[in-house]
Amino acid sequence: MLEINDLRVSVEGKQILKGLNLSVPAGEVHAIMGPNGAGKSTLAYALAGREGYEHEGGSAKLLGNSIIGLDPEDRAALGLFLAFQYPVEIPGVAGMTFLKTALNSMRVARGQEELSALDFLKLVRERLKSLGIDEAMLKRPVNVGFSGGEKKRNEVLQMAMLEPKFCVLDETDSGLDIDALKVVADGVNALRSPDRGMLVITHYQRLLDYIKPDRVHVLASGQIVKSGGPELALQLEAEGYGELLKETAA
Amino acid sequence: MSATAETIADVEKLGDRYKYGFVTEIESETAPKGLSEDVIRFISAKKEEPDWLLEWRLQAYAKWQKMTEPNWAKLGYPPIDYQDSYYYSAPKQKDAPKSLDEVDPELLETYAKLGIPLKEQEMLAGVRNVAVDAVFDSVSVATTFKAKLAEAGVIFCSISEAVREYPDLVRKYLGSVVPQDDNFFAALNCAVYTDGSFVYVPKGVKCPMELSTYFRINAENTGQFERTLIIADEGSYVSYLEGCTAPMRDENQLHAAVVELVAHKDAEIKYSTVQNWYPGDENGKGGIYNFVTKRALCQGDRSKVMWTQVETGSAITWKYPSCVLQGDDSQGEFYSVAIANNMQQADTGTKMIHMGKRTRSRIISKGISAGRAQNSYRGLVKMLPSADKGRNFTQCDSLLIGDKCGAHTFPYIESQNRSARVEHEATTSKISEDQLFYCRQRGIGEEEAVALVVNGFCREVLQQLPMEFAVEAQKLVGISLEGSVG
Ligand SMILES: Nc1ncnc2c1ncn2[C@@H]1O[C@H](COP(=O)(O)OP(=O)(O)OP(=O)(O)O)[C@@H](O)[C@H]1O
Ligand SMILES: [Mg+2]
Repeated sequence: MLEINDLRVSVEGKQILKGLNLSVPAGEVHAIMGPNGAGKSTLAYALAGREGYEHEGGSAKLLGNSIIGLDPEDRAALGLFLAFQYPVEIPGVAGMTFLKTALNSMRVARGQEELSALDFLKLVRERLKSLGIDEAMLKRPVNVGFSGGEKKRNEVLQMAMLEPKFCVLDETDSGLDIDALKVVADGVNALRSPDRGMLVITHYQRLLDYIKPDRVHVLASGQIVKSGGPELALQLEAEGYGELLKETAA
Repeated sequence: MSATAETIADVEKLGDRYKYGFVTEIESETAPKGLSEDVIRFISAKKEEPDWLLEWRLQAYAKWQKMTEPNWAKLGYPPIDYQDSYYYSAPKQKDAPKSLDEVDPELLETYAKLGIPLKEQEMLAGVRNVAVDAVFDSVSVATTFKAKLAEAGVIFCSISEAVREYPDLVRKYLGSVVPQDDNFFAALNCAVYTDGSFVYVPKGVKCPMELSTYFRINAENTGQFERTLIIADEGSYVSYLEGCTAPMRDENQLHAAVVELVAHKDAEIKYSTVQNWYPGDENGKGGIYNFVTKRALCQGDRSKVMWTQVETGSAITWKYPSCVLQGDDSQGEFYSVAIANNMQQADTGTKMIHMGKRTRSRIISKGISAGRAQNSYRGLVKMLPSADKGRNFTQCDSLLIGDKCGAHTFPYIESQNRSARVEHEATTSKISEDQLFYCRQRGIGEEEAVALVVNGFCREVLQQLPMEFAVEAQKLVGISLEGSVG
């Protein structure tokens, strides 16, 4: 579903992704772990098409379509969703308006009818309920003054609303207390399906207790240096990156 | 459909940035080109005005001839040749229409295209509960909902009609807030104004509906000089909205309006403007020169005036809706969104003159610059010695889209009373790449993302508009920023 081959990306003239290979089949959840500054968020932004993330080589395909060079909104329309490590505040724009604009833009891009105000409201309420989120959150401007946990929950709500084909979650677990972590994980798990793929970036094995990954990859210095099953995460938790990086450097 | 999505769809359908840029083919009657005493006499005669009004016009003309065009604003434009314009143009019609059925169908069609239904039946069918006076070029063509307003005792008609029907009221208040020689453009307006709206709300009456005037410049080479006078008597309330459009023309057209508001004891006036005159093309060709004097006198104790403006059009905007806070405990508010894109230039703001005790004013200004536009906020807050415990709060935010435009802030504060307090806050920022990327990642196209973020930036102001117009204004924000990114 997601096929990345020898991807090279630079930011401000500095190469951060240095020939990255990764393949996530439909229906699978893969985790990416790796030390700070390894390039995990860079990978997420490069996939989403953020300006300033220069493509210098290699390929990235979503469902067989090359996404290199596409505008962010076109990648979103293809089904790519990024839950941000640091969700952005948009003053003055109510969450409800934001969601509705996003959903309808997406529907139009996919050749579907826009949802009427009523159908939209029905859908939002359904999603809010299943995620256990209070509707009041959507009356407030997007992410403005939200606590860290609220911001992350808002990301998961948007994900549930937009029903993407492929989700990249960038440290969606960081800053969450145990209960919030469960809510977020339940939300993510509810979206697991045979025709959806996920890439979960995290520092903590803890999240992977709730969201069981099919594969775990270690990203270091702009490359995937090791891949394995869920047990790899346990090993990293126990040993840290030190041993592993020494091993791969050798 | 969200407002912003609709905007994009609308624009795409039209395939053109300025959707009001059509010309109505209609026969009109015009005064000879240029400005002279004779032209003023012609206008006055056409309107069958009483002698005092002709005299008043001629007096203003004499003053105007001795005045010079102001040049202190941060605006650049070639000199205006005041002899190269027509000062009167009226759609030809045998007699003034007595009812809407007599209004030329072409005209009604024009207003329908603009989205302003003038037919009362349509309005009663639930479109909007708004009474409309439509001014086409120089004359007022229709005022809807007259009967319902009359029942409440509210007078809402064209100012020409008011001169005929309520001469005492007009004579008492005309020029009482903005003196003839207040400034160059106001003096010009006094001399040649052709029509506009008149509102009188009697004591204790809450006007039962929104009042609205739609101004449209249609004829070529024609200046539009409208004159609006609103009087809210003791304890009354009225909310009034003006909208403006003009066809696309290569030449610049002059618009110099004067608006006077008088609020008596405990009265409240809400005056909203959605200004969308033709802004000219991307290269600065054509567009309206908009030189407007708007002032309110909060004459009575506890009176209140609130100006809300959404200024998206015009090649040049020179406009400072002001409040003279004379009554004790009177209040003035100014909420403004000014958008300048491409080659547009805007120099706009307000004046709050505090005279009475405990007078309060509040200024919220949101300026958005894009393309190669220049956008200036210019505001004066003045506390006179009598303004004990006067209070002002000013918040002035500028947003830049791209790096070829400019935003400027000129706040003037003069305090002559030590118990008065004036607060001023200002920010300037570039539209945030983070915000745009976040929106786009969620599937929102770039232009729509800009419209959404800018609407958020302006929210505090837009939410002051009467509900009927808020959606329209939001769309306008999106349309006027078309082509500003990418
Ligand atoms: N805009 C930028 N300008 C300069 N350097 C950047 C920029 N964005 C990222 N980098 C650099 O790229 C490298 C990778 O950063 P990235 O955010 O991808 O790391 P990460 O793996 O997500 O780290 P963390 O675990 O701390 O979130 C870092 O060295 C970072 O400083
Ligand atoms: Mg990161």
